Amino acid sequence: MSQKLVDKLQQEFGADILAVSSQHGDETITVDKDKLLVVLNHLRDHEGCEQLSDVVGVHYPDRDQEFEVNYLLRSWQNNVRLRVRVHTTEGEAIDSATGIYKSADWAEREVYDLFGVDFADHPDLRRILCHHEFEGHPLRKDYPIEQGQECSRPEHLFNDEDIARAARRASGIKPEVGGAHDEVHPSDLLTVNLGPSHPATHGALRVECLLDGENILEAKSEIGYIHRCFEKEAEDHTWAQVMPYTDRLNYCSAMANNAIYALAVEKMCGVEATPRANAIRVIVSELSRIIDHLVCVCANLVDVGALTNYWYLYNTRESIYQSLEGLCGSRLTTNYARIGGMSHDLYDGFADEIRTKLDEMVVGNNEVMKLIARNRIFLDRTVGVGAISQEDALSWGFTGPCLRATGLAHDLRKSAPYFGYEQYEFEIPTGTDGDSHDRIMVRMAEMVQSRAIILQALDNLPDGPLNIEDHSVIIPPKEKVYNTIEGAMNQFKLVYEGIQVPAGEGYGFGEGANGELGFFCVSDGTGHAYRIKVRPPCFPIFSAFTTLVQGRMIPDAIATLGSLNIIAGELDR
Amino acid sequence: MPIVLESLAKIVFMFLLIMGMVPALIWAERKGAAFIQDRTGPNRAAIGGVRLAGLVHPIADVLKLVFKEDVQPEARHKAFYNLAPWLAMTIAVSSYAVIPFGDFITIAGRKIPLVVADLQVGALYVLAVASLGTYAVVMAGWASNNKFTFLGGIRATAQMISYEISMGLALMGLMMIFSSLRITDIVAGQGDMIFGFLPKWGVVVQPLGFILFITAVFAETNRNPFDLPEGESEIVAGFHLEYSSLKFALFFMAEYCHMVVGAALIASFYFGGYQIPWAPRAVLEANAGGLLTAKLIGVAVAASVFALLFLRRAQKEKNKFNDNRDREPVLGAGLWILVAIGAAGALLLKPWTVGPQGAEMVATVFQISAFVAKVVFFAWLFIWVRWTLPRFRYDQLMHLGWKVMLPLGVANLVVTALVMAFV
Repeated sequence: MSQKLVDKLQQEFGADILAVSSQHGDETITVDKDKLLVVLNHLRDHEGCEQLSDVVGVHYPDRDQEFEVNYLLRSWQNNVRLRVRVHTTEGEAIDSATGIYKSADWAEREVYDLFGVDFADHPDLRRILCHHEFEGHPLRKDYPIEQGQECSRPEHLFNDEDIARAARRASGIKPEVGGAHDEVHPSDLLTVNLGPSHPATHGALRVECLLDGENILEAKSEIGYIHRCFEKEAEDHTWAQVMPYTDRLNYCSAMANNAIYALAVEKMCGVEATPRANAIRVIVSELSRIIDHLVCVCANLVDVGALTNYWYLYNTRESIYQSLEGLCGSRLTTNYARIGGMSHDLYDGFADEIRTKLDEMVVGNNEVMKLIARNRIFLDRTVGVGAISQEDALSWGFTGPCLRATGLAHDLRKSAPYFGYEQYEFEIPTGTDGDSHDRIMVRMAEMVQSRAIILQALDNLPDGPLNIEDHSVIIPPKEKVYNTIEGAMNQFKLVYEGIQVPAGEGYGFGEGANGELGFFCVSDGTGHAYRIKVRPPCFPIFSAFTTLVQGRMIPDAIATLGSLNIIAGELDR
Repeated sequence: MPIVLESLAKIVFMFLLIMGMVPALIWAERKGAAFIQDRTGPNRAAIGGVRLAGLVHPIADVLKLVFKEDVQPEARHKAFYNLAPWLAMTIAVSSYAVIPFGDFITIAGRKIPLVVADLQVGALYVLAVASLGTYAVVMAGWASNNKFTFLGGIRATAQMISYEISMGLALMGLMMIFSSLRITDIVAGQGDMIFGFLPKWGVVVQPLGFILFITAVFAETNRNPFDLPEGESEIVAGFHLEYSSLKFALFFMAEYCHMVVGAALIASFYFGGYQIPWAPRAVLEANAGGLLTAKLIGVAVAASVFALLFLRRAQKEKNKFNDNRDREPVLGAGLWILVAIGAAGALLLKPWTVGPQGAEMVATVFQISAFVAKVVFFAWLFIWVRWTLPRFRYDQLMHLGWKVMLPLGVANLVVTALVMAFV
C-alpha cells in the first residue's frame, strides 16, 4: 500500500531520493540528509503522516557514512507506514526534526546518547538514557560491552537562569487567572523532586518541578534510572535468547511483549505461526492488556486517594496471574512465546478457569465504576486534568489508550491486524477530551472488549499443531531430539548458533497494552541480532508529560502521571 | 479536697476512655478497611496463639514503635521538632475536658456532673483548642526542614483556617437555639421534644448546620477526603514525613484522638450527647429495676449464643492449624460462658428491686453507654468515609470551604435568627 506513496514521493522529489527499498512489506526511502526536513515536512503536510513513531540509529563501522538513522513514520488516516533513512558520519550533523514532530525531541536525544549522532538545532540535545557523566556511546559497535563506568553525581535540571526566567514569567500572570498579587522573586520559588523514589512515580523516574506555592511553573524530567541497555545486550545474544529480556520491558504485560517480539522475528524469517499459536497469543495478549489496564487504573486511583478501588481491581489481576503461572511457570517474567510458536500449550481446564475469572473481573470493575463514575471529588480531580489535543497527541507520538482518549479510534489490532485479530469482533472505545478521566474510562472500557475477544478466542480455539514444522526456527520436540539424528542436529544448531535469521531488516509491531509496541530488527545473517530497537509506547508519551503539567498543581501532576501509565522498565530499557 | 479528687477521677476516667478507644479504633480502622476492601486484615500478632481477631496488633504496634530508633534529620529545628508531636497529642486530648459523657451521679450527697470542666464557654473552648492543633502540624512541617513536610504544613494551615470559620458558623445557629455556650446546657436542651414526639436533637433543628459541622470536623481531623497535609501519594507523607518511632506514634495517636473528639462533638452537639431519645432521666430512673433485669437477661442470652457459636467452631475446626491457634475458639467460648454465668448470677440478687440510689446509677450507666455508642458510630463513619472517597485537591478544598460552606453557614445563621424571631 505504501508503494503508491513511494512512487508519489519519487515524482515529487526525483533525484533527492537516493534509494528505495522494500523488505518484509516495509518501504524505505533513503534521502540526502540536507533534504530530510523538506521530505518530512512534505510527508506530514501533504501525505497525512501525522506521527513519527520512532527514530532508530544503526551503526555500520565499515561504511564511509557509518551511521544510518531511520525515521519511522506512520499515517493513521491513510493506514500507511514509511521509513525515511539518512546516512551520516561522525562530525556531520543531521537537521533536527523537532520542529516537525514533537516526538523527535526525545527520540533524537536517544540516538545522540547511544550513537553520538549530532542533530543540528535540537533544543535540548543531552543524554537521555545514560548518565550525564557517561563517556562514549554504548550502541556503537566498537564500544566494549564489558566496560563498566562509575557515574554518581546527580544532575540538577534547573539552573539559576531557568529559575529567574520562570519567576519573571510567573510575575506576568494576572491574579485573576491564578497568578500571584506581588512580584515573584526567584527566591520565592521552590524546586521539588518528584522521584526517583516517590510514592506516585511507580518506578524509578524523576520529575523536577519548579513550584510557586503548589503551582508547577515548569517541570523537567529525567529518565534512565533503570537503563540496562537491553538493546546492547540483545546484540550479544541469539535471537531466541532475547525472549526473556522482553519480559522485563513492560513487566505488567510481559506476555504481550513476548508475543510481539516473536512476531517481529518471525516476520524477519518469513514464517508465520500456526493458527493455534496465534489464538493463544491473542488470548495471552488480551489477558496482559487486562492486567496492564488494571494496574494502571488502580494505581491511578490510589494516586488520587481512592485506595479501596485498588483491591477490587487487584484481586482480578492476582487471579489471572495464577492462571498465567499455570501456563508458563512464572507470574511476572513469563517468557512464554517462542519464535515460531509457544513454549507450552494451554493446560486442561484453562478455558473454564479464565471464563470465571473474567466474570469476576466484570463484577470488580463494576464496583469500581459505582465508586467513581459519578463521584464528584473523583470527577473534579480528573476531568480536564492532563488534557491533550488530538494534533498534539499525534505529534508527541501518543498511541494506545492515551491516543484513543482524545477521540481518535486508532488501534493497530484493527488497522494492521496480526495474530489473526481480524477474526474477532470488538469495538475501539474512545474518549473525547484526552484528559486523565478519559484515559481511565477508555482503559475500563477496553477491558470489556478484551474480555469479549478472549471469550471468542476460547470458543473458537483452533486444533492442530502449536508450533511450526520448520525446525531451523524452532527447537523440535524432545522425542525427535532423542530419537532422530535430524532432531538432535536441529537442537544443537539452534542452541549453539541460534536461528539463522536472513540478513535484512524488519519492523514487527503490535498493539501493546499501552500503545504501539514495536521491534525494529536488523540481521546480518549470523545467529545474533545486529540491532534490535524497541519502540516502547510510553517513551514518547512520557516525553510530553512536562508540558501537560506545566501551570498545574502537584496533585494534578500525580493524577496525570498515573493515567499515562509510565512503566519504567520499558521507558529505560 | 473532694473537688480535686472528683476532678481527678473524672480526668482519669476520660483519659482511660480515650486511650482505650484509640487502639480499638486503630483495630476498627484496619478491620473495617479490610472488610470494605475484600481482604482479611490483621490476623498475625498473637499472645500464646490467641489473636483476638487482630486486637493484639495495636499492642504489637506500640511495642514496635516504642523500641524503634528515633531517626531525626540533621537540619531540624531541635526544639520545635521535639515539641510538635507532644503538642499534637496534648491538644488532641484537651478537647475532651468540656464534653459531658453523662448527666450526673450523686455520691455521698454530692451531685457530681459527669464532665471534667463544665465551662460556660465550652463551645468556644472547643473551637479554640481545635485551631491550636494546627500549630503542632505547622511546627512539625517547618521544623523538619524538608520540602515535603513544609508543603504539608502550609496545606494544614490553609485548610484549618478555611474550615474553622464554617465550623464556628455552624455552631452559632445551635448556640442561638439553646441560648447557651455551655455544652452541658446544649446537651440537656436536646432532651426536650418538639411536637411532643420528635427529639429536639441538633440534627433535627439544624440539619444544614449539621452537614456543615460534620464536613468541617472531617477537615479538622485531617482524614480522607481532607488528608491533604499528609497527601501520601503527592507530598509523600506530609508533615510527619521525618518522624519515626515514638514521635510518629504520637502523631498517629493524635489523629485517632481527634477522631474520637470529632465523633464526641458530633454526638454532643447534634445527636443529643448522652440523651436516650424518648427516655429522659426520670423515665430511666423510674424503670431502673425493669431495665436492669432486661439488660442482664439480654446479656446472658447473647453471651450464651456467642458461647455456643464458639463451641461449634471449636468442634468443627479442631485441628485446623495444629498449633496454639486451635485454642482460640475454646477460650472464646469460655469467656462468653463466664459472662453468661455472671449475668445470670446477678439476676439472683433481684435487680428488679433496686433502690433509688441504685436507680440513679443504672440511669447513668445507660446514659454513658448511649454516649459511647453514638461516639463509636460516628468514629465508624470516619473510617467508612476514609475508605470510600478520593482526596480533594488543594484549590478544590479552598473552593469548598470559602465559596460553598461559608455562604451556606451565613445563610443558615440568618434563617435560624429569622425563624427564632418570628415563629
